[in-house]
Amino acid sequence: MEYHLKLPTDAENIKKLKIGDILYVTGNIFTARDETHHMMLEKKVSTLPFDPSKMALYHCGPLMKKTNGKWQVVSAGPTTSSRMEIFEDRFIEKFGIQVIIGKGGMGEKTEIALKEHCAVYTAYTGGAGALAADKIEEVSAVFWLEELGMPEAAWIFKVKDFGPLVVAMDSHGKSIYKEIKK
Amino acid sequence: MDYENIKIGIVQLIKKAETELPNDVIIALKQAYKIEEGVAKTQIDAILKNIDLAKKTKRPMCQDTGIQTFFIEVGIKSPHINKVKDLIIDSVKKATKEIPLRPNTVDPFTHENHKDNTGDHIPYITWDYIEGSDILITVLPKGGGSENMSRLGMLKPGVGIEGVKDFVIEEIIKAGGNPCPPTIVGVGIGGGADLALKLGKKSLLRPVGNRHKDKNIASIEEELIKRINDSGIGPMGLGGKTTVLDVHIEKAHRHPASLPVGIAVQCWANRRAKMVIHSNGKWEVK
Repeated sequence: MEYHLKLPTDAENIKKLKIGDILYVTGNIFTARDETHHMMLEKKVSTLPFDPSKMALYHCGPLMKKTNGKWQVVSAGPTTSSRMEIFEDRFIEKFGIQVIIGKGGMGEKTEIALKEHCAVYTAYTGGAGALAADKIEEVSAVFWLEELGMPEAAWIFKVKDFGPLVVAMDSHGKSIYKEIKK
Repeated sequence: MDYENIKIGIVQLIKKAETELPNDVIIALKQAYKIEEGVAKTQIDAILKNIDLAKKTKRPMCQDTGIQTFFIEVGIKSPHINKVKDLIIDSVKKATKEIPLRPNTVDPFTHENHKDNTGDHIPYITWDYIEGSDILITVLPKGGGSENMSRLGMLKPGVGIEGVKDFVIEEIIKAGGNPCPPTIVGVGIGGGADLALKLGKKSLLRPVGNRHKDKNIASIEEELIKRINDSGIGPMGLGGKTTVLDVHIEKAHRHPASLPVGIAVQCWANRRAKMVIHSNGKWEVK
């Protein structure tokens, strides 16, 4: 099945998604890699400069360019999600994440958290950075750029029909990666 | 000598590698597109569209523009020998701004990003010496996701080549979707720990589809390709027939007590480009 989802969404829509489905998301997404995961987990939700519960979490360290004082996305494919496995169950719970976008899959702790908190993990084609960049309509903001540097900072992107994303781990405890290993 | 002009050439070399994939890789990906179905086909489709878009818009195909890795063959009569290293470092800084490249060099202690893709020991350069007065430079921007799947096995010689094969297959299956398959796998066998890994990485420079000149090694490469692809991991680890586009083996003689196996993994974006710098300072990017 193919779905087009506007973010934020409700649990009903997340529950519809099953592994193998194709998804396109419209709304806001924020990037977070190792350093941002670590940093956000240390902070109080109320002190964050943006509301992660209203956005999709994108495992991505984009290549950006500043032209005439405005940030532009040059290339922005997903980064390897398994690095974030050590943070992700706590991250989903703390920030109410509904949709994760990454590549390569995640482990058992995330799988359980997705089921418990009704969320999905979706895969975007790794390395398809130019293609992904063209689906980003606007760079809304960036946080912690000075401390963390371009790849690790939290970038907020406004996207339209971002995808195709493959639903690879759903909210029913199923994982494509686990099925393949069988 | 117009060294600024040589820097323009090195920036162009890096730009070519970052924005245009060599034909041998594209041919292999198109072949994969033909045989894949379902989700696997959608992944190869996105990869091929991305390659086209990057080339047309002269943008890096992947946001991870890698660690700039150079293999240099210096003609011993070249008048630029003493300048090449500095020219490369300056050009990497220039390329970071102009192409642009993602700033990818981070201090392991302070976490500070150097912001220009240079730093301690980086860019990473391997030197070799040849006859004549030309300098041949190959660049291999190496991404982190695939590099993280590198493995070193110090096997017991008693396990023999069968043990080597099992080690490689097991590790590539364990890597799953992490290194952005379909990958190119370089396997260095023999030497010491560092040499095995180095040979593995260097073998990634060999065009996809080219077999080792030793027939026995060539047939082992073919066997590994088949056995890994039979695993069904597929493009991006989402299932399918193509997990590797190729496996390249290189060997060195080993110590009687050691059987080192170095695995270097390269994502589908097997970015590489070559240039030559002549003694008169003229250059060509190939």
